[in-house]
Amino acid sequence: MNFANEVWVFIEQRDGKPADVSFELLCKGHKLAESMNGLLKAIVIGDDAEGIAKQTFTYGADEALLIQDPSLKHYRTIPYSRILNKLVEKHIPRIVLFGATVIGRDLAPRVASHTRSGLTADCTDLKVSDVKYLKKDFNNLLLQIRPAFGGNIIATIITPDVQTQMATVREGVMELSPIDNHPKENITKIEYEPDPLDEVVSIIEQHREDNKVNLKAAPIIVAGGYGLGTKENFRLIEELAHTIGGEVAGSRAAVDAGFVSPERQVGQTGVTVRPKLYIAIGISGAIQHRAGMQESNKIIAINIDPDAPIFEVAHYGIVGDATEIIPMFIDVFKHKLK
Amino acid sequence: MYNSIVMVKQVPDTANISGKVMKDDGTVNRAKLPAIFNHEDRVALELALQIKEKYGGKVIAVTMGPPRASDILRECLYMGADEVYLISDRKFAGADTLATSYVLSEAIKKIDNYHFVFAGRQAIDGDTAQVGPQTAEKLKIPQITYTEEVIEVSDNKIRAKRKIDGGFEIVESTLPVLLTVLKDVVSPRPFSAKRVMAYKNAKSLIELEKLAENNSLLYIDKLVHEYEERGHYIKTLTMDDLQLEDSRCGIKGSPTKVYKVESVVLGGSDHVGIEPTKAGIGELIDKLMTDHIFG
Repeated sequence: MNFANEVWVFIEQRDGKPADVSFELLCKGHKLAESMNGLLKAIVIGDDAEGIAKQTFTYGADEALLIQDPSLKHYRTIPYSRILNKLVEKHIPRIVLFGATVIGRDLAPRVASHTRSGLTADCTDLKVSDVKYLKKDFNNLLLQIRPAFGGNIIATIITPDVQTQMATVREGVMELSPIDNHPKENITKIEYEPDPLDEVVSIIEQHREDNKVNLKAAPIIVAGGYGLGTKENFRLIEELAHTIGGEVAGSRAAVDAGFVSPERQVGQTGVTVRPKLYIAIGISGAIQHRAGMQESNKIIAINIDPDAPIFEVAHYGIVGDATEIIPMFIDVFKHKLK
Repeated sequence: MYNSIVMVKQVPDTANISGKVMKDDGTVNRAKLPAIFNHEDRVALELALQIKEKYGGKVIAVTMGPPRASDILRECLYMGADEVYLISDRKFAGADTLATSYVLSEAIKKIDNYHFVFAGRQAIDGDTAQVGPQTAEKLKIPQITYTEEVIEVSDNKIRAKRKIDGGFEIVESTLPVLLTVLKDVVSPRPFSAKRVMAYKNAKSLIELEKLAENNSLLYIDKLVHEYEERGHYIKTLTMDDLQLEDSRCGIKGSPTKVYKVESVVLGGSDHVGIEPTKAGIGELIDKLMTDHIFG
């Protein structure tokens, strides 16, 4: 097969600000490219986005492909996917990574569909390896690792027969670590060629608030699960978080039940966090949740079920009724820190 | 008048996995999982029905799946769909999202004459949210994903509100367009008792073939004709009907392969147990203070 030994990362920007997840993916992409002796390229699309292209080198990009036009200021499906379709067809990168954001999940499937590439959503880990599959040898396959089937299994997905392997990854999953001896700036500007199709969807208005919740940066997180039972009981989580100076979070089940807002969801399809202290209350600890918090420095699990899987990743475990233990915790804490 | 095609999926109820569903080797026995109508697809159908009620037109539901997926097509009829299609063939088995979008897009091209394609944002068995956009790309039409509200349809244009990272936007698109919808956009209507009575005997080609097999007095062509006359025929399309490329269907047409599956083994737990008492919690807080996590 005739493809470039390249790892590409789509650099997402909103209102001219780059998304954290894109830089996290560059850091991972840098390692992947190294392990296959390839190059890491950042794909930057936008208006006046040269500043963003320059930042990508700090995170290990060897080259940035920059496509700029005033009409590309805000993400729109057709022009962005059309540009990427063409670039991927022309250069045939080995790997393309996208953030599993609203934009990434809108864009990646279009590009994968057009180029008939493999695409795996919400990977929790990525590796490059030579693989023997069905008695055939394949070089530099991307191992796309993700929990599947209600979290009962962890699947490693490969796409051996395609030229380009694509994956999306949630924010926070990969660690952000600027590269010391980072590559020199190397920006290649690519001309935008407009097409009438690009204008079939127009943005009438847009409202965006800066994310007030920043779970990734919180040193202490108090997370509640479905085990709390009611929204009223979930208030106790907020009270405890307030008392000890932490942020409130929840499991997917708690979000689905309406106990807590979706931007506070920790786990595979939410945010991945690494706080100094993570307190998991009434969370059974399905693999998808653990994937988002198990690297926390210290974990306290509070659960009525002594066999709950959450205790496996916990440093401290308290078995009991959360509605009794939380008030006790608050009381003792206030007393101690007087 | 605006016609809608709604893509629906029957999914294993992954939210209710019990011990019995897991095989000894740790893999999931799909056959033991109850099959349900993917909720977000039901929401998509409701939205299409509301557009029909407001502006006129037809609502057609399609699903790709095994024969038993006709269960959810009957449910679509109970809710108010005008026509339903089962896209089914042994050779579709093992399809990933790319192969699925190929088959669905070819079926939609054949049905034709549509202004909207609707789908749920994602299905609960994979949560990938890929089939919608992948189908739109193959149909060469625009898409509005993460739809929160359809504001207006007029002059062959749609205005809709969609979720974006950190907020929302209002977009306007020409038709045809594919929309994927979020779970709370509208609440799906209950089945109409009248429609349940009218359509509970609706059958797909595969179901009619079974009937004919078990009764030598029945001839399949005649059966299909009879059911069609009564409006009880679930239109059934196979690979041949759609003239599909073999190499792009099912497992052959699916680039993603499962290389390895590890069951999640419950390992030993070596955490420190804390008594659920004030004394126990006090000691824990002391430890965390020593570690400079508190205080």
